[in-house]
Amino acid sequence: MPRGAMVVVVVIGVAAACRDGGSSSTGSSRPYDLGKPATSADVAARDVDVGPDGAGLPPGSGSVVEGVSIYAQQCASCHGERGEGKTPLYPRLVGRDSIAEGFPFGKDPRFVKTIGNYWPYATTVFDYVRRAMPQMTPGSLTNDQVYAVTAYLLAANRVIPMTATLDSASLVAVKMPYADRFVRDDRRGGREVR
Amino acid sequence: MAGSSFTPLQDLAGTITPADLHFEVHHAGVPLIDPARHSLLIHGLVDRPTLLSLADLRRFPQVTRTHFIECAGNGVLAWRANEFGKPNPGLTPQQVAGMTSNSEWTGVLLRTLLEEVGARRSAKWFLAEGGDACLMARSIPIEKAMDDALVAWAQNGEALRPEQGFPMRLLLPGWEGNTSVKWLRRLELGTRPWMTRWETATYTDPLANGTARQFSFEMDARSIITSPAHPDTIERGWRPISGLAWSGRGKIARVDVSTDAGNTWQVATLQDPVLSKAHTRFSHMWEWTGAETIIMSRATDETGYVQPTRAELMRVRGEGTAYHFNPIYGWRVMSNGRVFFHGAT
Repeated sequence: MPRGAMVVVVVIGVAAACRDGGSSSTGSSRPYDLGKPATSADVAARDVDVGPDGAGLPPGSGSVVEGVSIYAQQCASCHGERGEGKTPLYPRLVGRDSIAEGFPFGKDPRFVKTIGNYWPYATTVFDYVRRAMPQMTPGSLTNDQVYAVTAYLLAANRVIPMTATLDSASLVAVKMPYADRFVRDDRRGGREVR
Repeated sequence: MAGSSFTPLQDLAGTITPADLHFEVHHAGVPLIDPARHSLLIHGLVDRPTLLSLADLRRFPQVTRTHFIECAGNGVLAWRANEFGKPNPGLTPQQVAGMTSNSEWTGVLLRTLLEEVGARRSAKWFLAEGGDACLMARSIPIEKAMDDALVAWAQNGEALRPEQGFPMRLLLPGWEGNTSVKWLRRLELGTRPWMTRWETATYTDPLANGTARQFSFEMDARSIITSPAHPDTIERGWRPISGLAWSGRGKIARVDVSTDAGNTWQVATLQDPVLSKAHTRFSHMWEWTGAETIIMSRATDETGYVQPTRAELMRVRGEGTAYHFNPIYGWRVMSNGRVFFHGAT
């Protein structure tokens, strides 16, 4: 379908779904009355995500120093003592080698991406560690421990000082070195190859 | 554990991939889910946060649609040069492009579910989260939900296989496979992307100009000859050159085939039905005289996009780019009938 036609369909779809023009939503009643209402406890039990604006970050804090020992106990067996990784299964986490600075990844596949030389948001480290790590017992770290491991990984990547402690406010304030390199998709179909 | 397997495209006919030959990519293993205990939570910017069971899902209006799913990384083995500076001639169709598969999916349009829960107009993105060990999650623009997104529970007439997301998965037609989140357990509607690992650290496309393309959802049009192909040895005489073409932006408009290394091209026959965002079978009758040559295919989709050569794509993307590899590829037929991959187009 031509891109222009898809936009039209999308607009019609949104209009149809938002048929109660005056209200803020897609309808005031359940068309089929299926499923059951989710309680705030149902939501809280699953809603673990963290946004780049800090939404979803829990209370708590952790320091780089605390993170060093948690990393050694919980992470190093797979990702290496200094976050060097074990290819191909366990990615390298730490690295600011000068040869891979300046975002050269498109030119040559041999440059290894790390948190410090690639990841655009520090909140992603927290979100990913909390939802997915350690691999065999994901979800087992306390929020303080996740803050501490996040702090260690950011410090080891020379993004924050070794003396830092992270909480929700300070984590959101961390600017990743190459965040400005990420651009939205400009491919649109048609004759031009992008 | 992360893992992957590829569809043996060279061994299949028609367009439907048998469910147990569908390619697989797992980011933290295949979860064993009791369907009686599984539910899909829809919450965030909705009037009525809701839990839907598999039984609930099957009571909504159902649709059945044929679509491919293609991994964003499909074709990386053919893209990368070997130590001689060229792609490996020993690759098969399975290795060149086997991370695409095509199925008949049954489920519920996501917009039907969003009407049920009262999605708010302020919702611009949603997070889709799986129930695997890493809770794999992707942020998706709400327009896709209102367009053709499905929550599927059946594939090719049977329940989803565990490796394909049993008991329910998201299906985003034409978009990189990672966004069709398997073992779907949660949809949260919000105002901006969440910037999960799988849309920042991975599934972003570094370009030669020092940027990285993010949220590169649509799969560019592509084709591959699946017969003859490596490791075939062919006889002289007539045979069909047969293959698959597909586009994440709609229907395949035409496929051209060259039997003389790209010097001339002929329009191939497209086998009905030609469906949007689905594998399309093409064929072209060819008489091989015994001379060494290269056969190639080139897809054009209904937006006018023409599948580029590897050199063209490398010029705009860079060799180090990490996903969305869709160049024209060919097969070199030796005078003894042996067939090898030709990647340096």
